[in-house]
Amino acid sequence: MMRMQDMQKINEYEWEIPVSFRSDMRVPVRIFATRRLLESVMQEKSLEQAVNAATLPGLVGRVLVMPDMHQGYGFPIGGVAATRYPDGVISPGAIGYDINCGVRLLSSKVEFEAVEDRLEHLATALDKYCPSGVGVKGDIRLTTKELDQVCRQGARWGLSRGYASDADLQRCEEFGTLDGADPDKVSQRAKQRGRPQLGTLGAGNHFIEVDVVEKIFDSEAARTLGLQEGFLAVQIHCGSRGFGHQICTDYVREFQGAIQRYNIKLPDRELVCAPLDSPEGQSYLAAMRAAANYAFANRQVLAYYARQAFEEVLGGRVNNWHLNQVYDIAHNMGKIESHKINGKNIKVCVHRKGATRAFGPGSPGLPPEYSKIGQPVLVPGSMGTASWVLVGTEQSMTRSFGSTCHGAGRVMSRRKAKKTIRGERLLKELESRGIHIRAGSLPGLAEEAPQAYKDVDAVVETVSGAGIAKKVARLRPVAVIKG
Amino acid sequence: MGKPSEGYREIDHTADWALHVWAHDLESLFGQAALGMYALAETVLQTEPRITRRIKIETRDLESLIVGFLNELLFISEQDIYGFDTFDISVKKYKLSGEISGSQIISQKKEIKAVTYHALEIKHSKNGFEVQIVFDV
Repeated sequence: MMRMQDMQKINEYEWEIPVSFRSDMRVPVRIFATRRLLESVMQEKSLEQAVNAATLPGLVGRVLVMPDMHQGYGFPIGGVAATRYPDGVISPGAIGYDINCGVRLLSSKVEFEAVEDRLEHLATALDKYCPSGVGVKGDIRLTTKELDQVCRQGARWGLSRGYASDADLQRCEEFGTLDGADPDKVSQRAKQRGRPQLGTLGAGNHFIEVDVVEKIFDSEAARTLGLQEGFLAVQIHCGSRGFGHQICTDYVREFQGAIQRYNIKLPDRELVCAPLDSPEGQSYLAAMRAAANYAFANRQVLAYYARQAFEEVLGGRVNNWHLNQVYDIAHNMGKIESHKINGKNIKVCVHRKGATRAFGPGSPGLPPEYSKIGQPVLVPGSMGTASWVLVGTEQSMTRSFGSTCHGAGRVMSRRKAKKTIRGERLLKELESRGIHIRAGSLPGLAEEAPQAYKDVDAVVETVSGAGIAKKVARLRPVAVIKG
Repeated sequence: MGKPSEGYREIDHTADWALHVWAHDLESLFGQAALGMYALAETVLQTEPRITRRIKIETRDLESLIVGFLNELLFISEQDIYGFDTFDISVKKYKLSGEISGSQIISQKKEIKAVTYHALEIKHSKNGFEVQIVFDV
């Protein structure tokens, strides 16, 4: 168990576990957290898992932990680790089973007050158009050839099928398509799972939410992003479904042998990895990119469905019911990027698991219109609480491999949440606060109760205080659709 | 009253789910792990008609075998919507083979993304076998 005295305080928002803490650490661990947030995780294993992650071969800089950290199953959630390209390693478990789980935000010119009485219908329509739930299959049945196209093209696949516009793609991490994806590196089993699931939300903590822009903190950035106080916005949170889960499962199994071939010693088998330039590492990278593209396409199709729901309920009732893409970001991903380390630019593979890319102003790969303000960062809160829109900063580039937090972060186990929170009561409470809920399962709803999460505002205050993101807007939920 | 000779128990894990499973032999350990996994997902099976499937898995070690076995069941539950409650299997070194029977799934409340290797170790003691399994949900 980790103790507070094992940590060196750097400043109010940063702590460090030095390499001297454990003999197998290759780099230090840097934690972005206030004392209070840090104390809240001392009883669980996230920091121990961060120390385990610090043993991966080829790490550069530090392993970073974001304030929304919580224990995962190998690598901590909220963890960031960069390995030298091409001789460092890539670890599927440090990216996660839900490859490119992420968030898409759409803005609107619909004023909340003008449509308050239609929200009930809007929730029902969103629930109808966006398939959700355990193992749910969608309306799209991809052929093998089409699935391969999705793997290679990502959200761009939606262009020819009428699901996407150029403006949508322009405002996506990697413009909605990761290069270097190879469907031949994906198992038949993953493809079998992936074919019927495109355009589905799934279950667990995934959701579609209608929000009101409640408060603006940076008016120039908000204007650039198309966010206006009192207007509706839509968030879509989901990933690569069974397709990504299977790819991670396949490669975690395969890499159990790779660590022996490359003589890699690890404190936890879920951290298995292979050198980036090895055949195993290259295959996983190509398969992971296929899953990432599947997830971009999935959120694209769901955005199309959300637009249909808005049109059905608000079309003709307000002047402009269109939903415009603000941005789409991943929070479980491995990316080859260039970062400055000890004054030198080097190529690294940045593993982000439950952490968001947060590139600062002027960084490569941003849509030209966002170049001045920095990359938008979308931080969904727990159900029924606020969500945040942030932007990356120059400091996030120099101090956190261009990364920041991804959400509120759990504090209560699902078992305890299920035991102490009644789904029906929670539903009533949320409805009484003006939030329309459509949930596939009441026990599932209870597990995702706001009490089971950290305070998202405290998480955001920390990354903003540490300088690795800047506040733009706070959103308040008015309708939530969950599987 | 002592602990029953085989069974499973849910244990606390902040974000995911974990099971503690124990049994007098490996075959029962695998069967109990499967029952525990279905219970976590709140899987409800139809009573009739019953189906039987042959199953054969071979891996490099025992931990990979239990992960492979449970992942196989997850795959079948998603693809064919079948769940199983009877396991007539044999585990010899790192090979599992035999017949599993069950029926169509009526409902399943929770989605399990995968079975993980996190801190996974099948322990052998004088009372039998035990293991702790963490699931990604």
